Amino acid sequence: MKATLSIQRGALGEAPRHDAFDIPFEHGQSILDGLRAIRRSMDPSLAFRFSCINANACKECMMLIDGKVDYACTVRLKEGMTTLAPLPKKALIRDLVTEIAPPDERLMSRS
Amino acid sequence: MTSSPPVISVPIHLESDVLVVGAGGAGMYAALEAAKGGASVILADRSLIGRGGATVMAQMTVAAALGEQTPDHWEHHFADTLAAGRGLCDERLAALLCEDGPQRLREMDAWKVGWAREDGHIKQAQAPGHDRPRCAYVDFLSTGPAVSKTLRTQLNNASGIRRIGDLSIVDIALRDGEACGATALHLPTGQTVTLAAKAVIIATGGLTGLYRRNSASSNMGGDGYALALRAGADLIDMEFVQFFPIGHLAPRLVGMDPIMWDPFRYKLGGKLLNSEMREFEMDYATKDARSDGTYKLTRDLATYAITKEVEAGRGSPAGGAYLSFQHVPEAEIRKAFGPVVDRLAENGIDLAQRPVEVAPIAHYHMGGIRVDEMMQTGVPGLYACGEAVGGANGANRLSGNAITEAFVFGARAGRSAAERAKQGASMWTADAAQPTLDLLRSASKRDAPNPAAIIVKLQAVMADDVGPFRTDVKLRSAISAIAQLKADIGNTPFASAKAFDPVLADWLDLRNMLAVAQSVAVPALARTESRGAHQRDDHLGLDEAWSVNQIVTVSDGDITLRKVMPTTGKAAA
Ligand SMILES: Cc1cc2nc3c(=O)[nH]c(=O)nc-3n(C[C@H](O)[C@H](O)[C@H](O)COP(=O)(O)OP(=O)(O)OC[C@H]3O[C@@H](n4cnc5c(N)ncnc54)[C@H](O)[C@@H]3O)c2cc1C
Ligand code: FES
Repeated sequence: MKATLSIQRGALGEAPRHDAFDIPFEHGQSILDGLRAIRRSMDPSLAFRFSCINANACKECMMLIDGKVDYACTVRLKEGMTTLAPLPKKALIRDLVTEIAPPDERLMSRS
Repeated sequence: MTSSPPVISVPIHLESDVLVVGAGGAGMYAALEAAKGGASVILADRSLIGRGGATVMAQMTVAAALGEQTPDHWEHHFADTLAAGRGLCDERLAALLCEDGPQRLREMDAWKVGWAREDGHIKQAQAPGHDRPRCAYVDFLSTGPAVSKTLRTQLNNASGIRRIGDLSIVDIALRDGEACGATALHLPTGQTVTLAAKAVIIATGGLTGLYRRNSASSNMGGDGYALALRAGADLIDMEFVQFFPIGHLAPRLVGMDPIMWDPFRYKLGGKLLNSEMREFEMDYATKDARSDGTYKLTRDLATYAITKEVEAGRGSPAGGAYLSFQHVPEAEIRKAFGPVVDRLAENGIDLAQRPVEVAPIAHYHMGGIRVDEMMQTGVPGLYACGEAVGGANGANRLSGNAITEAFVFGARAGRSAAERAKQGASMWTADAAQPTLDLLRSASKRDAPNPAAIIVKLQAVMADDVGPFRTDVKLRSAISAIAQLKADIGNTPFASAKAFDPVLADWLDLRNMLAVAQSVAVPALARTESRGAHQRDDHLGLDEAWSVNQIVTVSDGDITLRKVMPTTGKAAA
């Protein structure tokens, strides 16, 4: 099976662009599995947040998946096109990464 | 594309009495105790606070002699811990873990962690290797998330603790051989940061991310061991990596900890089957030299049996064994698994219909940074705690001991660091950060090689040649493969962008992972016996002459090994 991930790219202040990646997948694999595979074999510079991979415990991997806020590690890859974009209500950092830390846990908030 | 360098080389400078590196159970506890001791604290994590490591993922139990379920005494827990450690435990550390454990679990209880209760007392479950029910937990499979949330709440309420997420500590800063702070990279901005501190605590967790199949988060490549090595500290027992025999392998299961099958297997008598759908554990329980002859295989033996079946060509399609509950009535499965049955169904798993596939996965690291009972390393001003510390569990760890260790050692390290901060002035000098700033400044954009792919290569080397069953040939091959990968990445970091650059992060990870991989493989090669989690196919059985710990240090980039007698004497308190 083959999934196409259309991903919004770019850092804050740059004009967003969209890159599409075709990836083979097996039934049950997550969007996060797909993103990690892209980094390993196509574009290591693709930025997204994640930590726990399987447990759905860290809650770092939230993004817009086909327009809905969801976890990349629990939504499955599907055949055909899936669009990915950063969270719309958080400050963009780069690609799919946004500022999600509470304000008093950031480097820049107080210094 | 801008042509400016990826890293912002004029650093932001921060100061505190105590710097805690890593905000898992151990680091959060250390920060709380250091602040209680009157120190100003910076608690830094490369991920989000309380989210990045093993603590938040743990789903099972926490061991301590609370005596709530049945009468118990910490010395019983201590005896079990030493037995599992097969003669290699640092008795001072093991005693500290067992003696202080109950106090820490009660403190967590007062902080409303929500230990499961029964008839008004904390419920304690029986787990393998413990002589009585000793393991507290939070329902359903929520121990880790509850522990993390509770400690985060305490941090919110405490004063004097500054928390900084997305801050990856790259090196400990040294002056005249003493730790005086650290140098870090702020991931979202590419900003370099220098941190002056009178005491630094490494609480970075374990190294299981070195292996292909693991239960690790993305932050568990063993940073802390590399930080300590480069700072001149000793590592101990690095060859002892614990593999969990029945980690989930297939079908793809998301939203669940891959080590979840254990309690269900015990509760429901799940059967391990090979590709011929035949139970095979008994073959190894009776025939193999490692067997103790009893039916219930220990974790080590289950790992052995599965590995050998796969090698003999009788593995499941994904390369493990089947775990089957098909003989169990559906109603009983539902009763035992509760709401978990529905989560499994979302993953297309119906246990009454089909088996799942399982395989040994890297799960915990017994070895680590060598500390004394104050959690101080051999480098003045440098402390360590949690899974990053080696010694308490010797050659193998009892289930439930790791979270207790994180609490107890974390608290102890925090207190010790605050004590030191009270006594001395800051040793900080900007020169101490210079080598690391120079390294980061040299980061350059390059198209190849892909560091994410090199990490996968390293994981394959470690899994195939430094896995649970080792030989001289395999270990030598691993050591040269690791050296080759080191040469492949060179001494100049790769980078791709300023903001949140995964290429630079992966390169820095590889710098650490390769050093740590070497510090596992080298003592594994030297230890020509089988003991606990270190099993040599070419040296079966325990050799009394090897009842010693191996210490790893680095000088001029080369790893050196030496042997020491295990530390005895249970002077805790
Ligand atoms: C899936 C799973 C289930 C488990 N279940 C149990 C169980 O039921 N019972 C039990 O006793 N044990 C269990 N364990 C083991 C136990 O969870 C860990 O040993 C323990 O939580 C370790 O705590 P820690 O604070 O030392 O490290 P961690 O919780 O791993 O925290 C380390 C932190 O350091 C951060 N860090 C790492 N490097 C850097 C750096 N360079 N700069 C800044 N920050 C850094 C990481 O992001 C992370 O947040 C389990 C482990 C796993 C993986
Ligand atoms: S990666 Fe941790 S919740 Fe998705």
